[in-house]
Amino acid sequence: MPGFDFSNYNRNAALHARGVPLPKATSTGTTIVGCIFDGGVVIAADTRATSGPIVADKNCEKLHYISPQIWCAGAGTAADTEFTTALISSQLELHSLSTGRKPRVVTCMTLLKQHLFRYQGHIGAYLVVAGCDPTGTHLFTVHAHGSTDKLPYVTMGSGSLAAMSVFETQWKADLSRDEAVKLCSDAILSGIWNDLGSGSNVDVAVITKEKTTLLRNYIKPNEKSAKLQSYRFEKGTTAVLNEKVINKSDLKRYVTVHDLPVEGEKMDVDT
Amino acid sequence: MAAMFSQNPLMNGPNYSFSDAPKTARGEPREHAFNPYTDNGGSTLAISGADFTIMAGDTRHTSGYSINSRMSPKVFKIGGTTANQDDATIVLSVCGFAADGEALRDRLDTICKIYRYRHGKPMSLNACAKRLSTILYQKRFFPYYTHAMLGGLDDEGKGAVYSYDPVGSYEREQCRAGGAAGSLIMPFLDNQVNFKNQYIPGSGEGHDLKERERRTLSRPQVETIVKDAFDGAVERHIEVGDTLQMLIITKEGIEEVFLPLKKD
Repeated sequence: MPGFDFSNYNRNAALHARGVPLPKATSTGTTIVGCIFDGGVVIAADTRATSGPIVADKNCEKLHYISPQIWCAGAGTAADTEFTTALISSQLELHSLSTGRKPRVVTCMTLLKQHLFRYQGHIGAYLVVAGCDPTGTHLFTVHAHGSTDKLPYVTMGSGSLAAMSVFETQWKADLSRDEAVKLCSDAILSGIWNDLGSGSNVDVAVITKEKTTLLRNYIKPNEKSAKLQSYRFEKGTTAVLNEKVINKSDLKRYVTVHDLPVEGEKMDVDT
Repeated sequence: MAAMFSQNPLMNGPNYSFSDAPKTARGEPREHAFNPYTDNGGSTLAISGADFTIMAGDTRHTSGYSINSRMSPKVFKIGGTTANQDDATIVLSVCGFAADGEALRDRLDTICKIYRYRHGKPMSLNACAKRLSTILYQKRFFPYYTHAMLGGLDDEGKGAVYSYDPVGSYEREQCRAGGAAGSLIMPFLDNQVNFKNQYIPGSGEGHDLKERERRTLSRPQVETIVKDAFDGAVERHIEVGDTLQMLIITKEGIEEVFLPLKKD
């Protein structure tokens, strides 16, 4: 039987009863939006992930792949949005292979809502599902408890009110592709400035019948300001109490060491 | 059936058909409570130098995930003789619950003014510091929910910073960061102002290594550290941002500077 592992449930319940607090999950306290236009659909998201009042990730990806023509924007508990979309993406791929047809957005939405309803809101995924399939262009929202909406423009997350105020003042029927991208990114920017849970950059995905275009970091209005002085320390500034050098040749006695080429993907480090 | 059971067992007579006694989700009676405090976020920072003190704070005023104001200063001049506090020599910074901060500022300002009328001279910084401690402790069981800091020049003309807890415990310090991002900024200050965890390279082995000697920082150096500290805090704390307000206290008077911070 697939599903979650509950083997620590009793231990954690006992711990909780004795006053041990639950660990804090990373929330994507977020602004995500979607908007249908003439010939396709646009979804957009900010890129801030928070843990309480602390920024956990300044440039995270909230636009998730479901299938080539169906994408999903996620708000709520970061892990839940990532795993739920990955799980449904996998199921949809198998379904499409089995039927020999392109996956449909309604199918994706139904799988998501049934999965989320089964877990009665404990899976904290709040999603905007958008895509193009043989039946047309679709845009949905899915809430953690399993309810869904089908609308021409949608917003979700802690910045949803700020973003919706942009849609409610500027949205019109029959938008062009560029107008829809502008409208969605303006809605996200409104969330970035006015909602503390949202910030950093704007990600946009444009889905048409022909292709999907992911515009990662479409707008970067929050570049970090340069430090006014250097904080490099002179070598030897940090105290060293003892030192032990282990050579690669010594290491090979205990573990197998494979030499990898020096190039390769560099780790994303904050400079 | 509910009507048969009065909330008062001695008066088991006619009653309302509904019970308005508040209940928790588990059905237990719920105690009514009013929480008079809120947290309005923001951060403050104070560093004293040889003949100056810098008091700084961001100007964002928040509640929850909302921004109430982008320009709501929390560093105030205290005890001047005019309405615009031109001739003030003492600076108070408060962060935490903004309403209490402003009430505290008004109290202390009034007290400083009365002192001046009665004694014909302005209050010294250490007298003002002690008085602030007393004001805070007077409300020991309904505290001003703030982290207060007092800055200025002492009797010898040296820079001085006093920092307080919400109920009046205080200490004179070289530097202090307070508020939402206080815990992010303070370790940076320990390292860059007091040179903590810095040793002189090659000065010894292991425990014999000599610590880097402390020296007082110049005014431009402190201004640089303050700006960099806030730029760092803005990157990682959601309640800090918009504008940096900096008050520089010297024997010539108080200079006020506003610098932009990120607004997301």
